[in-house]
Amino acid sequence: MTVTSHHAKSPTPGEPLTDADVLRIRNDFPILDQQVNGKPLVYLDSGATSQKPISVMEAEQEFYEQRNSAVHRGAHTLAVAATDVFEDARATVAAFIGAQDNELIWTANATAGLNLLAYSFGNASIGEVAPEARAFAVGPGDEVLVTEMEHHANLIPWQELCRRTGAALKFIPVMDDGTLDMEAAASLFTQRTKVFSFTHVSNVTGVINPVVELTRMAHDVGALVVLDACQSAPHLVLDVKALDVDFAVFSGHKMLAPTGIGAVYGRAGLLDAMPPFMTGGSMITTVTMEKAGYLPAPQRFEAGTQAISQAAALAAAVNYLTETGMERIHQWESMLGQRMVAGLDAIPGIRVLGPPAGIARAGLAAFEVDGVHAHDVGQYLDAAGIAVRVGHHCAQPLHRRLGLSASTRASAYLYNTTAEVDAFLAAVAGVRPYFGITGA
Amino acid sequence: MSALDSLYQQIILEHAKTRTGADLPNEKLQGLHLPAGVGQCHQLNPVCGDEITLRVETAASGPGDASTVSGMHWAGDGCSISMASASILCELAVGLEVQAVHALIGNFREVMRSRGKLEADEEILGDAAALSGVSKFPARVKCAMLAWVAAEDALNQTS
Repeated sequence: MTVTSHHAKSPTPGEPLTDADVLRIRNDFPILDQQVNGKPLVYLDSGATSQKPISVMEAEQEFYEQRNSAVHRGAHTLAVAATDVFEDARATVAAFIGAQDNELIWTANATAGLNLLAYSFGNASIGEVAPEARAFAVGPGDEVLVTEMEHHANLIPWQELCRRTGAALKFIPVMDDGTLDMEAAASLFTQRTKVFSFTHVSNVTGVINPVVELTRMAHDVGALVVLDACQSAPHLVLDVKALDVDFAVFSGHKMLAPTGIGAVYGRAGLLDAMPPFMTGGSMITTVTMEKAGYLPAPQRFEAGTQAISQAAALAAAVNYLTETGMERIHQWESMLGQRMVAGLDAIPGIRVLGPPAGIARAGLAAFEVDGVHAHDVGQYLDAAGIAVRVGHHCAQPLHRRLGLSASTRASAYLYNTTAEVDAFLAAVAGVRPYFGITGA
Repeated sequence: MSALDSLYQQIILEHAKTRTGADLPNEKLQGLHLPAGVGQCHQLNPVCGDEITLRVETAASGPGDASTVSGMHWAGDGCSISMASASILCELAVGLEVQAVHALIGNFREVMRSRGKLEADEEILGDAAALSGVSKFPARVKCAMLAWVAAEDALNQTS
């Protein structure tokens, strides 16, 4: 990929990001420079989907203008060029999370990735199964363990796997402060636990789970570990080898890339033993009318024509993040998250979900406004040009656990300034007075 | 009036607080074994979690007479638009003939789906005319319609 001329000069490497750096970063995101309802747009919904820098959009356009072709088939020059783009993108994204090229499978998004795993495990559980695939099988007497804070995408595929196979679904409960009940967790890992799937960072509370500790507990009982890295891969240094998880999934669109592309990481050796989920073209060796042999990973899990331009764009997104520096992005967003919580705590009638101020959290804050429904809060903020998420954020069980049906969530990214957080806080302070609610 | 103020008119905020008809007791939420002339419906908006269970009671003064809505009770949780809309509906519907309530619901739906193009007729819709600002916010139309959809289904059960 050519280096785009639009990319603003990188902030000084190693130094913490400043508002001046972020203002330069914002030049790379044309969508941010607009008025909404007569007010400057303050985009605080990156937890749902991120905005895209020019370099990412150019990568996709350049692919279609110069290299578009089918990959892994055809001998013509364009086909080779397209295959190079596709596989170079895989190498870039794999390196970004500390993985080898053949450990990264392209999927549409994290939801598709989690379903791929749940269905592959299901395929290992029913019918005639190759001996090496039995390690993934679950059935009656076995347990799949999740947590109470999961996004529906990391809950329902496992509910369905259990329904199909007769395994039981268990969960680690959440404490009042949004963290996992580690005492309960200790007793939930047993020899029956075959799969443990959990989120790295909660999309509601911003809680950052102790991945290494939980993974060790799971491995001690021989369970496979699946990490939902949807809210971590875009925002902090993610090293799947250091975390020692067996699988990890994430979505491109939450990390500056287009929709339609995401990835599953699988530890080398595991992927080649796991039965495929989607079958068809491009993933086979020899096919007869009776049966087929399958390629090793990653092709084993990439049936059909893939999202090639999106993969190229995800690589451009990863390059943008790497150039800026994931550690610095994480520090900047942590600061914004703390600023949100401290500011929200100072407004009467606001309850922030999750860890209190001063305790580590991702750059987001979900909150309840006493006397005003989240939907009305979101409408009021939208009139002030502020885009937030309202509702249950695809985490109904967690909301129920925290005693509410809906909340308002502001989620930041590397392009949000402290001034934007302050504008958001000032607007939130106006919500209860507007709806005629008084008192603390 | 700003778009926001047209959405949240004072009359709506008041209905959202007073909630006429929001007295369906917990033990009746399941709606099992409803007596003749009574219908009940549960509606959920999965996008935002707004929820309502609405019960409608109808009666005819004699054989061959048209049924009228003799009572409407609900329990719900949701945004101010959905709660105010249920409250307004209760005030409008009780005492009307069933067919008139159906016509009312049809009229309200048409206004809500108009994307701000139809003026609500206050003669017909009463306080519900204040909800016409909602039609300019497509994401909120479902909130306003929640109770009305529940009432329509509940009424259909009584005929």
